[in-house]
Amino acid sequence: MKHKRITIRDNYAEAALFARRVFVSLLVVVVTFGVLLLNMYHLQVVEHQQFQTRSNDNRIKVVPLAPNRGIIYDRDGRILAENRPVLSLEITPEQVEDLDATLARLQQLLEFDASVIEDFHETRRRERRFNQVILLDRLTEQQAARVAVRQHDFPGVSIEARLVRHYPYGEAITHALGYVAKINRTDLNKLTEQGLAANYAATRVIGKLGVERFYEEQLHGSIGYQQVEVDIRGRNIRTLSVQPPVPGQDLHLELDAELQQFAYDLLGQDRGSIILMDPRDGAILAMVSKPSYDPNWFAQGISYAQYQSLLNSTHSPLLNRSTQGGYPPASTIKAHLAITALEQDIITPNSRIWDPGWFMIEGVDHRYRDWLAWGHGWVNVTDAIVESCDTFYYDIALKMGINVIHDDMVRYGFGERTGIDIAEESAAVMPSPGWKRARFNQPWYAGETVSIGIGQSFWTTTPMQLAVATSVLANRGERPVPRLLESIAEGPVRIPAVVEQREPVVLKHANNWEVAHQALTKVITSPKGTARRAFQGASYTSAGKTGTAQVRSIGQDEEYNAEEIAEKYRDNAMYVGYAPAENPEVVVVIAVENAGGGSSIAAPMARQLLDAYFADPAPTGGLESVLAILEEPADAN
Amino acid sequence: MQTSQERQRHKWLSRFHIDGPLFLALLVLALLSLVTVYSASGQDLAMTERQVVRIGLAFVAMLVVAQVPLSLVERWSLPIFAVGIVLLLGVLLFGESSKGAQRWLNLGAATIQPSEIMKLAVPMAVAWFIAQQGLPPTKTRLAGAFLLLLIPTLMIAKQPDLGTSLLIASAGIFVLFLAGMSWRLITLFGVAIGAFIPVLWFFLMHGYQRQRVLTFLDPERDPLGSGYQIIQSKIAIGSGGIEGKGWLQGTQSQLEFLPERHTDFIFSVFSEEFGLIGVIGLFLLYGFIIFRGMILAMRAQKVYHKLLAGSLTLTFFVYVLVNIGMVSGLLPVVGVPLPLVSYGGTSMVTLMTGFGLLMAIATHKRLVMHD
Repeated sequence: MKHKRITIRDNYAEAALFARRVFVSLLVVVVTFGVLLLNMYHLQVVEHQQFQTRSNDNRIKVVPLAPNRGIIYDRDGRILAENRPVLSLEITPEQVEDLDATLARLQQLLEFDASVIEDFHETRRRERRFNQVILLDRLTEQQAARVAVRQHDFPGVSIEARLVRHYPYGEAITHALGYVAKINRTDLNKLTEQGLAANYAATRVIGKLGVERFYEEQLHGSIGYQQVEVDIRGRNIRTLSVQPPVPGQDLHLELDAELQQFAYDLLGQDRGSIILMDPRDGAILAMVSKPSYDPNWFAQGISYAQYQSLLNSTHSPLLNRSTQGGYPPASTIKAHLAITALEQDIITPNSRIWDPGWFMIEGVDHRYRDWLAWGHGWVNVTDAIVESCDTFYYDIALKMGINVIHDDMVRYGFGERTGIDIAEESAAVMPSPGWKRARFNQPWYAGETVSIGIGQSFWTTTPMQLAVATSVLANRGERPVPRLLESIAEGPVRIPAVVEQREPVVLKHANNWEVAHQALTKVITSPKGTARRAFQGASYTSAGKTGTAQVRSIGQDEEYNAEEIAEKYRDNAMYVGYAPAENPEVVVVIAVENAGGGSSIAAPMARQLLDAYFADPAPTGGLESVLAILEEPADAN
Repeated sequence: MQTSQERQRHKWLSRFHIDGPLFLALLVLALLSLVTVYSASGQDLAMTERQVVRIGLAFVAMLVVAQVPLSLVERWSLPIFAVGIVLLLGVLLFGESSKGAQRWLNLGAATIQPSEIMKLAVPMAVAWFIAQQGLPPTKTRLAGAFLLLLIPTLMIAKQPDLGTSLLIASAGIFVLFLAGMSWRLITLFGVAIGAFIPVLWFFLMHGYQRQRVLTFLDPERDPLGSGYQIIQSKIAIGSGGIEGKGWLQGTQSQLEFLPERHTDFIFSVFSEEFGLIGVIGLFLLYGFIIFRGMILAMRAQKVYHKLLAGSLTLTFFVYVLVNIGMVSGLLPVVGVPLPLVSYGGTSMVTLMTGFGLLMAIATHKRLVMHD
């Protein structure tokens, strides 16, 4: 009985004890859930905003969208630079089961080098597995077709189109138009400095030269953005929003692609520069520099070997001869010097000198020879220009002195940049005693002034400077700034380029313009004119001046014989001119390196070019004038 | 007053040893699990179907266990525990490695995880041992019980599986607590554990376990490494806000920023998609299950039944606490799934077997009928 009672009491006590412990437990449970809930409240309510932001940062990626680059047209609407879709064969490694086997089959199908596969593996390592990697860029249509037909055999392999800058005229316009190429570190640093790096986030290429470089800002456009939702591997899930890029503006150039191509072909195998420019507003119709190269190499990604070959070529194809080439102007500046002498009252339109075929500075035993060994006899200023008499210029140059010549020639733009709308431009050299002192730490010698009289010595000009200086003559004083740009398209509206003029050359006696003009006209028309044969039978009037620049000084008793001296020491042939003579609307400048005389080489080229300009269907001079020239004395200036 | 229909139903339920309220709550939880697993798996139907099968199996296990006579369970407590120890020994000697720990034992026909058996065997054995005497237990019996729970705890910790070993230890300790272990001893025990922590840290913990704790203390110190999980989990929870992003709309989980999203971190998915409102609902559901379990434990008449039911319920609560605490950044990351919601079969079957025992206890014929 007793035992039983104890058991019952124990049962009761046990139940009570257990209940107390359960009560404590549940209290702990409630408190704990309270703590958990408080924490949840903290995360989901108090700090919700912060976590919301971080969640969005996780999933939303902003993908920059590159704007399409503006198209460049010539004055007649021909496309000079465009964006062409290029087909490339791309592989998404993630979607390919057996990569090596697929590559082997593709190689068999498309017949490419093993190096292509090596390059592919190289690129693939840098990319994420689900990104497309380019195997072949620039697929031929045939290759693309072969893959397309067997597309089902190649999962993960696709043909993609990308836009690549294309220059349909190739090497003919390279130096004026320039090119785009991959943005490199230097470009990136520059963009960063200018605060433009963000705008280029999606852009792969940038203008490196010529118009493409100068008008980069207009051509590039503004970047767009796409908000995409990505998963943890960065794979695009869906597009949330798009702010489309603003395409670059189209440019219309003053260039006439047909004239440009004509001028380019005209130079043939020769090196040199040709410029056609409207003297009234500086509009450049053609600007050729030869040798050239295909800008598409750069736009599509130039190989190291290709670039080295351009860089190391003895003929410097990368140089823009029209604006960077420093040519001795030779006789092409004789009209300018004549005006200076007239203005300085050193000569009058009628004063004459006797040319025995050479010139000597008093007291110095050195003969400065005229190109015509037996001399021109009595010559006045007009004769001196028409026949290109050197002795006359030796004389007046010495009388004017280097400082007068320098100060006056600077007014025509010699020795300074013309301000053309490309960055590649040299100021060339309009020498002065001060310049020589600074450059060589040597005094100026009178003999150098004599040589300056025929555009030699230290004097160099770019063909573009000659175009400007010749325009000043054609305009009777007004000095245009050369300009490639005609207008910029802004939507349907074309905003014309700003036409600039530099300070005009004002003469004391305006009639002196006419003296020069008439002399330059007679170069074409006079029986003794150095460009007479070249312009025989032209359907238009024109004025001009030939020039033959020595690139090596000839010994005192040496005869210049083109046949006997190395090509690189042969004379440069020069020509400057404008047409029509009465109302000039086009200036032509020709510089042909190591080609021979201005009269025999450069003037006929100018003729053909002007013929083309004035739309003679096939330049009439053609074969006849070439034959006629062959009979001319080789070294007529 | 009960209507005749209700009485009818009640009778039917008790005949199959089912506690209605508990069963209903578990069913709702299972449905929540399916809904969340479907979303967390990236709407993977095959995976969701596997979860359906597992839940089905787990419920079957629960119902089967509920039918087992309790006297049988009580008698088998020690033998099951002994078998568990042998199997644990087998794991330590011949176990199969997975994720750097030996937890599995290949018995030829099936691969089993003996630590899962121990989750039930330890409270059963400890409860049985305590129930041999009246409550509160004597100091000697307490010491014996401690030995009983310490052996498997250390063996599992050696695998190493710190999370499970702590859960198993707590299951045993809950028995002792409910049995009326004196507060003085509890305090002493707490102090001892406090003193044990440095020992644990320097001698018993593995590098990755220490890393987990360090990361837990400051997840941002290694945002791409071991802190990544917890940061992404907190972002998921926090960005869910009050109303949540909506079912299948959780960007953290759908876009896979959240690791282990259908297993250990499923609560983060749930919180992201259903927000604080959903979380409160889930807490209420868990709270209800725990309260119901404790009520059933109180109603039980035999000491063994009371202790076992109470311990199983409190262990279930600890699962919930550890998982939610871990994914919300209150506790270090230990591999504990959210009970009955996380994707995965083993723990679900174990838990439901436990609930089967609970139901058996709840529907056991009472010695004294009160009503």
